[in-house]
Amino acid sequence: MTADPRAADPRAADTRAVVPLDPSLAPPGTRAFRDAGGIPADQWHADQNGETLVPTHCCFCGVQCGMYLRVDRGGKVFGVEPRNHDINRMRLCPKGINAYQQVNHPDRLTAPLMRRSRDEDFREVSWDEALDFTVAEIKRIQQTHGNDAFGLLGGASLFSEKTYLVGKFARVALKSRHVDYNGRLCMVSAAGANKLAFGIDRAGNPFSDILLTDCLLIAGSNVGECFPVMTQYVWGARDRGASLIVIDPRETAIARTADIHVALKPGTDSAFFNAVLNVVIEEGLTDETYLAAHATGWAEVKAKAAEYPPSRSAEICGVPAEQIVQVARTFARAPKAMAWHARGIEHHSQGVENCLTVINLCAATGHIGKPGAGYGTITGQGNGQGGREHGQKSDLLPGGRSIVNEEHRRQICEIWGIEESELPPAGTSMMEMVWQMQRREIRGLIGICNNPFVSLPNYKVVKEGYDATEFHAQFDFFLSETAANAHVVFPVTTWAEDEGVMANAEARVVKHNKAQDPPPGVRTDTWVMCELAKRLGAGDKFAFTDSREVFDELRIASAGTVNDYYGITYERLEETGGIAWPCPSTDHPGTPRLFEDGRTYHPDGKIHMQVVEWHPPMDPYDDEHPMSLTTGRTVAHFLSGNQTRRLGALVEQTPRPWAEIHPSHGFRNGEPVRVVTRRGSEVFPALVTEAIRPDTVFIPYHWPVPTSANALTIDALDPRSKIPEYKVCACRIEHAEKIDEVPAPPVAPGHVAYPETQVSRTDPLPPTSPQGRGTSERS
Amino acid sequence: MMGRTIFIDPGRCIGCQACVSACRECDSHRGKSMIHLDYTDEGQSVASLPTVCMHCEDPVAPCAEVCPADAILVTADGVVQQADTTRCIGCANCVNACPFGVPKIDLQAKLQMKCNLCYDRTAYGLAPMCATVCPTGALFYGTVEELQAERPGVQVADTFVFGESEVRTGVAMVVPADKVQWPVPGGLPVVEINGKDVRR
Ligand code: SF4
Ligand code: SF4
Repeated sequence: MTADPRAADPRAADTRAVVPLDPSLAPPGTRAFRDAGGIPADQWHADQNGETLVPTHCCFCGVQCGMYLRVDRGGKVFGVEPRNHDINRMRLCPKGINAYQQVNHPDRLTAPLMRRSRDEDFREVSWDEALDFTVAEIKRIQQTHGNDAFGLLGGASLFSEKTYLVGKFARVALKSRHVDYNGRLCMVSAAGANKLAFGIDRAGNPFSDILLTDCLLIAGSNVGECFPVMTQYVWGARDRGASLIVIDPRETAIARTADIHVALKPGTDSAFFNAVLNVVIEEGLTDETYLAAHATGWAEVKAKAAEYPPSRSAEICGVPAEQIVQVARTFARAPKAMAWHARGIEHHSQGVENCLTVINLCAATGHIGKPGAGYGTITGQGNGQGGREHGQKSDLLPGGRSIVNEEHRRQICEIWGIEESELPPAGTSMMEMVWQMQRREIRGLIGICNNPFVSLPNYKVVKEGYDATEFHAQFDFFLSETAANAHVVFPVTTWAEDEGVMANAEARVVKHNKAQDPPPGVRTDTWVMCELAKRLGAGDKFAFTDSREVFDELRIASAGTVNDYYGITYERLEETGGIAWPCPSTDHPGTPRLFEDGRTYHPDGKIHMQVVEWHPPMDPYDDEHPMSLTTGRTVAHFLSGNQTRRLGALVEQTPRPWAEIHPSHGFRNGEPVRVVTRRGSEVFPALVTEAIRPDTVFIPYHWPVPTSANALTIDALDPRSKIPEYKVCACRIEHAEKIDEVPAPPVAPGHVAYPETQVSRTDPLPPTSPQGRGTSERS
Repeated sequence: MMGRTIFIDPGRCIGCQACVSACRECDSHRGKSMIHLDYTDEGQSVASLPTVCMHCEDPVAPCAEVCPADAILVTADGVVQQADTTRCIGCANCVNACPFGVPKIDLQAKLQMKCNLCYDRTAYGLAPMCATVCPTGALFYGTVEELQAERPGVQVADTFVFGESEVRTGVAMVVPADKVQWPVPGGLPVVEINGKDVRR
């Protein structure tokens, strides 16, 4: 039995670090107080009004900030209090601060919704009716069209326990090869590159290493808005004199203060990094001793880099050649340098290759595996890292095992108690599954914790695919745009109503605790999957009653693999600030920094450098579509916006999307601008700013049609990672008559919209600044 | 300057409005934010700048000075409190008097509200909500020594000029080390206005 976290004294738990931090960086305003033996600064509320503080983490991005949920005497979550966790040291971004408001939000689904056809309205039904109908439909479809005609799509915001269950449920209960997850839209390119180069799929260094570096290169990441709390590490490095290089077509808040901001044309990253490597080689800045001892493929990579002199890449990338030289010198000459990247270089039809060029640069300069030197990828989703480690990705089994590897299959079948012949082969990726739905190869689908109607590219195809399914069920706690298309919607718990682990961008596993009981009628995803499995005849393989039991099976299933979780237990996670995997035994401290002994996870222990040739993006430019459309996030919203578009303060902060364009196009701020791609056209208010390239348009993607960036983006995929090319497609812009309305999220029957929303969701006001997208009120 | 206070460093601000959201969560005025965020150079730059109450010291808080109802209290440790609900008549004199544009009037409630440096937290030795959460440290709570220990070479100013008048504040602002240190014109760290050197 775990101790009730509310009863536990969290003071002991929070300040212990996996990587000890410089004490002078302790949060301001708390040190003297704590040193004097007072109540820890983040504990003061606990003594007031009988409220309790439950230590947990933010449910949103891959930083996984620690926070306390404030729970009232009646056991209901009603607020948030900053927590002095090692990752964030009290800091939170606006999403984290407002996250608690979802827990008791009036839009919460509290009874299963069901309809027999899409022409009918939803009606609230009993759990038995919804489960029985779902199982009957699964059986009907599978008996007529084969097991693979039914698919499962998971999500990377689920706890790792649940992602493990998703993979097991698909293969053991559904007996279908078709399982994938929305992390496919997140960092799989980086994962693929890391696996190829290092034999391990995770960031090489913890965030705290950023504070030790002399040169920080950030490629394709709007850190300030997408991972705001990581900014403290960036500024911390700056305080210690580190130089900052930012590669981004937009001048973001981080780029604004960079020593070098390279505003390159979207889709040209690998040409850029090849040229940087070219300069490093030309100027004799490579670390040949390191390369000779620790890398393979260097000769080939070197030869390829010779084909990318700065003059050539400058032309491809639309940046001055001197900048390329400057970046090369700054990065290679730094005693310790680090490269962090995110979706900006990963969301491409050559996303894996883009990441490989960054790895090549780190390897060639010997900036690997040391305090302050290495690489990292910044995870978009809370469990983007852990979400794929336990088998919900179409080609992976638990522990990151490959589904095509005989030995790996045998090991997992043994743990699951099934015959190897029963384990389906690899399936296809999320976007490919939608294409299969369009072609009626997949006729039934369960979606858990994802919202592809907003998050997948080429909305028209997505809608067609989903509409073509004969049966669609969705697990969610709000009626998302995708759930509104379903036959059955299962109301499930939020992160605050269950316990489980997530792995953040540093591969640090942290534990989320339960802060309140779910509302009546709501069940955990675990419970729903087990009930379905029982009705499908696989109940004995899904005899789990809670997350802990699933986690213990997951630990065993990962033991001995690269992604080893065996030594991580709930108790250890509660005692520490989190443990980075691999962690093979219960006395192992975890592995915050990789390759310290110079060995990678390949059998030969070397970095396998890979040759990369730049390819133009998949959507060609022509006279009709001469510009690049690129997409991204805004600080107030998370992914498809299903959660954040319901929270008053966040809606007020950023009520609607916009199209960011350069003044040279002659638009006034706020004027309607039509953005046209080969997939469609939509109208947005223009945000006219010099902070973007003249040939590029930026639209944030958190909204559904008719203001959906993803109605315009292309469903081209990276051949290896199968990540869609969200970050570049050809477009043009035109003057338009009027701005389309921003649709409010669908509201569940019987519920009312969030009462504290202070501005209407169709507020016609244009954003006023590229960063804040609206000025806060002022009297 | 007070011992522990807020330091504002606009160079670090990423415009995320975590401070605005956090301010809403503060128990002393739950649901309303007392911070505003300005975008200084819209269309050209993404630069942003948070403004909290500057807790003026000299001359003593103009808002408190002009209040006809004596509703605004300045504590012994220099914190300018928001209007006492039992006294405030909602006349908005304080709004007009404040050189930094901080106090707000809730017209329905006929009540002035402003940042009171999270007195309910700072009195316990805690940082105010905004400076606690600010992910970048653009809002920092502590002593100037603590700030300088974290950020070597940082320069701060707590004196601002508005035309003829000079105001010394309890909250300080980080200014670029190579620029003038004080007084800072108009509350913004600039040295020239329309080509004219405004340093004194
Ligand atoms: S969204 Fe990310 S940065 Fe913001 S509070 Fe949550 S975990 Fe932290
Ligand atoms: S929280 Fe900090 S970084 Fe964010 S807007 Fe406020 S002052 Fe700026």
